[in-house]
Amino acid sequence: MIKLVPRGERSRAMAYMSPVFAGMLTLLTGGIFFATLGLDPLHALSVFLIAPVSDIYGIAELCVKAAPIMLCAVGLAVAFKAQVWNIGAEGQLLMGGLVGSAVALQFGEAEGFWILPTVLISGMIGGGLWGLLAAWLKTRFNANEILTTIMFNYIALYLLLYFVHGALKDPDGYGFPESALFSDAATLPILIEDTRIHIGILFALFASVSIWVLMQRSFIGFQIKVLGADANAAKLAGFKHKHLVWIAMVISAALAGLAGASEVTGPIGQLIPSISPGYGYAAIIVAFLGRLHPIGILFASILMALIYMGGELAQIELNLPLAVTALFQGMLLFYLLACDVLINFRIKLKTAATNAAMGN
Amino acid sequence: MDTHHDAGGTLNLRLRLQGITKQYPGCLANDRINLAIEPGEIHALLGENGAGKSTLMKIIYGVTKPDAGQVYWQGNPVTIKDPATARRMGIGMVFQHFSLFETLTVTENIALALGEDAGDLKVLADKIRTVSQRYGMELNPERHIHSLSVGERQRVEIVRCLVQDIQLLILDEPTSVLTPQEVDTLFITLRQLADEGCSILFISHKLKEVQDLCHSATILRAGQVTGDCIPAEAGATNMARMMVGDDTPISTDYPKAEGGEVFLKVHNLSQTTEDPFGINLKNVDFEVRSGEILGVAGVAGNGQEELLAALSGETLEAQAEEILFAGEPAGHLDPKQRRQRGLGFVPEERLGRGAVPEMSLKDNGLLTGFLQGLVSNGFINRVATSQFADKIIDDFNVKTPNQQTAAQSLSGGNLQKFIIGREILQNPKLLVAAHPTWGVDIGAATAIHEALIRLRNDGAAILVISEDIDELFLISDRLCAICNGEISPSKPTQQTSIEEVGRWMTGIFDTETHAVAQESV
Repeated sequence: MIKLVPRGERSRAMAYMSPVFAGMLTLLTGGIFFATLGLDPLHALSVFLIAPVSDIYGIAELCVKAAPIMLCAVGLAVAFKAQVWNIGAEGQLLMGGLVGSAVALQFGEAEGFWILPTVLISGMIGGGLWGLLAAWLKTRFNANEILTTIMFNYIALYLLLYFVHGALKDPDGYGFPESALFSDAATLPILIEDTRIHIGILFALFASVSIWVLMQRSFIGFQIKVLGADANAAKLAGFKHKHLVWIAMVISAALAGLAGASEVTGPIGQLIPSISPGYGYAAIIVAFLGRLHPIGILFASILMALIYMGGELAQIELNLPLAVTALFQGMLLFYLLACDVLINFRIKLKTAATNAAMGN
Repeated sequence: MDTHHDAGGTLNLRLRLQGITKQYPGCLANDRINLAIEPGEIHALLGENGAGKSTLMKIIYGVTKPDAGQVYWQGNPVTIKDPATARRMGIGMVFQHFSLFETLTVTENIALALGEDAGDLKVLADKIRTVSQRYGMELNPERHIHSLSVGERQRVEIVRCLVQDIQLLILDEPTSVLTPQEVDTLFITLRQLADEGCSILFISHKLKEVQDLCHSATILRAGQVTGDCIPAEAGATNMARMMVGDDTPISTDYPKAEGGEVFLKVHNLSQTTEDPFGINLKNVDFEVRSGEILGVAGVAGNGQEELLAALSGETLEAQAEEILFAGEPAGHLDPKQRRQRGLGFVPEERLGRGAVPEMSLKDNGLLTGFLQGLVSNGFINRVATSQFADKIIDDFNVKTPNQQTAAQSLSGGNLQKFIIGREILQNPKLLVAAHPTWGVDIGAATAIHEALIRLRNDGAAILVISEDIDELFLISDRLCAICNGEISPSKPTQQTSIEEVGRWMTGIFDTETHAVAQESV
């Protein structure tokens, strides 16, 4: 019989190893899954995980996909540290993309170095305000932010669809639900010629460093951590609960907004109905997989980006549906949660004979 | 060590433990413990917090299994696999923290605890009434738990054990929640039970009670039996030595002080709580002078938490003038603003309010020390924060590997020394301390008392709220009590008595001078 025995103390080693175990278990299960579909598991896994990054274009593409995930996830890490469960990165990303696009389209073909920053900041504000709405509902009416942010995701999606089919639709676009292409001044510069890699990845890295400084060195970050770890201690110390919830929410939402604005001004270049294949949801998994730490999130974002690319390639080369991406994401989260049990518990194998009955 | 039981009397013993050993991760809680209880004997299990008393009684009650050793019940070796088995054997247990459902009646609670043995509720209610009357513990089976005082709730727990055929009753620190008068009543009941042949295992760290009540005592220290004795014959000092060991100073007397200017004035503080089980504060009125310690006695759940939250700033007052710091209205100030005006605060819960369990001591120093120059321009001054934590650890002799240790891995006493040290090193003008030595070993308690007296001598106003009446008499310069949200008049410690404070604790606030005029209960 397998028994879980409390360790007595949190195992730090297991906290770091758990994502690794989860990754390996996901690979193993993925292999079994491919085998049952009649595919050679090793070949399928290599198509899924190695082939996508076998050339410079693939690596560049990996960065393109990792950037928005990383931006969302480092922001979510701040909110989650405060025990503010923002599930709404997707909606905040969409709002960032929508507001950013609306601003970018206003400039038309105008030139100027200030156009791009204006567009990006508008996206951050759009996403940030979308998050603040949920924060306000939480602190004012005690509305559960998990529910409100999920619902806001749908509202954001339909707002985006409304505008892309309406006010923001390209008048010369033959009726397709797409905006006009943004001007060069409102488009993110490409880093490497002939690839799609753009400076959005630098935003993501810069955001990671900033968040690390915020959480490790600043007093605000300290208060956020105390609030999350022990709300009563935070209250007794005089930390302002509402302010901290707002700050945590606005940081995570603004970064998601930046991710959205970077997508429309970067690889997409216009506003379209589907600007995110669920990056905001994937970022939740990434944030936990990365242990809410910027460095962990960096690696986890790359893995998640790889799963996105692998899913696309598996569709082409192996005739598998795109749902395989969601399947791998789900397995990863499932195994992570399961392995996390081992941080506080250890497995003890015991024989059945120890259950002695009472004498007398 | 006393071994005379083992020779011929083994079969007559109600309970005998031999070589009980229990290892927890990082701590040997019980180390080869022997214990013997005769029928009708009141046996004390005496020891400090952390000595292994709780583990041992959990083993007897079947909550925990020993790693080694044997339990004998009425002379036969037994394995008690769970509490239900223990109950069927005739072992009853009253835990320190009651497990009662507030919204259910007495009968319903007892029926839940008995499970299938409860039978018809009406019959059970009659039985509860009979048993409670027989043992002098008035109890109405129809009442809801939330309407009962703490003392009455304890009666429910005891009666729960007595409605069954009971042979051994285990009581874990039963007096810590009672007024002195209630303690006397409880002891009468326990003596009556023992006379009828029921054995009682009485777990305590209070020597005086053990001497008053118990026939024999087993003393534990750090998981081992350090001695058996007859409490009435062995001196208190001898027993205390066995409890704490040779190298720990045992608390003595402290000189009393008068104090100077009034620093904290609480005037007509009234508050209505939204918590259905909370206590409303009613016209609370008292003063604490700089350079004195005011002790507030009272049974838990009489408004202490609400008063403490009002003083810390966790709940704000409608009227700022209800709380004055050095004459300035402070009732509207938040905790940080109150700290800026000289408040230090030691909450009841060490982990979960006083300190963040999983954070390091360094971070926990910053938790309330952030006004002491540890933060500049919004960034943490890491050198200063580190020095502050080290200073607390050094000055207050906190036993810890280093300042990176998580608060939750410190023992209660060490963490409390750290928290009190953190507050004292901020040079508070007013220190509010709730249950400062609750669950703390005698050595640490003495260190904490000495630190409080030093702070008082340096001119700080100190308010101590405690359930430990002996502690309050030891360190307070003036005493009062809180009962059902009201506060009694205060008196200098030397001019009052345990009996008078005990009356205040039950809500009889008349002073001796006009006792007859205001007889009102």
